[in-house]
Amino acid sequence: MENIEQRVKKIVAEQLGVPETDVKIESSFVNDLGADSLDTVELVMALEEEFECEIPDEEAEKITTVQQAVDYVTANLK
Amino acid sequence: MSLAGKIALVTGASRGIGQAIALELASQGATVIGTATSDTGADAITAYLKAAGAQGAGMRLNVTEAGACEAIISAIEKEYGPVAILVNNAGITRDNLLMRMKDEEWDAIMDTNLKPVYQLSKAVMRGMMKARWGRIINIASVVGATGNAGQTNYSAAKAALFGFTKSLAKEIGSRGVTVNAVAPGFIDTDMTKVLPEEQKAKLLENIALGRLGEPKEIADAVGFLASDRASYITGNTIHVNGGMFMN
Repeated sequence: MENIEQRVKKIVAEQLGVPETDVKIESSFVNDLGADSLDTVELVMALEEEFECEIPDEEAEKITTVQQAVDYVTANLK
Repeated sequence: MSLAGKIALVTGASRGIGQAIALELASQGATVIGTATSDTGADAITAYLKAAGAQGAGMRLNVTEAGACEAIISAIEKEYGPVAILVNNAGITRDNLLMRMKDEEWDAIMDTNLKPVYQLSKAVMRGMMKARWGRIINIASVVGATGNAGQTNYSAAKAALFGFTKSLAKEIGSRGVTVNAVAPGFIDTDMTKVLPEEQKAKLLENIALGRLGEPKEIADAVGFLASDRASYITGNTIHVNGGMFMN
């Protein structure tokens, strides 16, 4: 079983079409990985599916880095 | 059967243009969900789809009920799958001179003809983005482009659809979803049957083809936009009005 950080990084890499090695824990989706606003929406959709949770819009807007995504999932995973 | 396996949702499908659209999409092989505001209307849709040998059913939807638009999309997704083609057709008129217009008449038009377009489009977005394929087709009106005395509310809502169509087309074009509008002129339906003969005669003078349109003629434009033949058309409006207004 991969840990949460690895799973998040894998999804980020898939969704944004970047090599997994480029995805660091501190990476910002928009500034470092070239995501546009629609990409970030899709990324949240993918995270919701991977972790079988629903991320409310106001929370989703705060997830802009890999670290924030890992933190959110860790805190909210059932 | 280019739309085989695809789920289409047509609002306001119990009669008129909506019914013709539902049957057109069904003839291309789509599974069609048509909505009506009453159970009787929904049953009638189920019946005509069945008679046409089509997949799909009628469902009750009152677009002005809070949460109804989101609820019907989840219900369809559960039973049939994600909606690939959304035709926002449901609409009403509440004609009055602006001087005499009541807030209720204004609000009824915005709540029925405009807000559900936003709500339903938003609700189908996830499925379309994931599929990297989707069609949103908004049924506008010629009067959204030309204006019409006595229809400030209706024409404002219809003109709003043009802006909505263009903006959403830009937002999600990169995901293979196209958003277009069809603007009917005067079509022979219950909505135009109520017009006085005198007004109809005057209208015909301004229609190059000299007749009202048939619902099927609107449905054909919608059927084209829904198909892969229209894959490179987005953010646009097809005017189907017999030459009453030339863009």
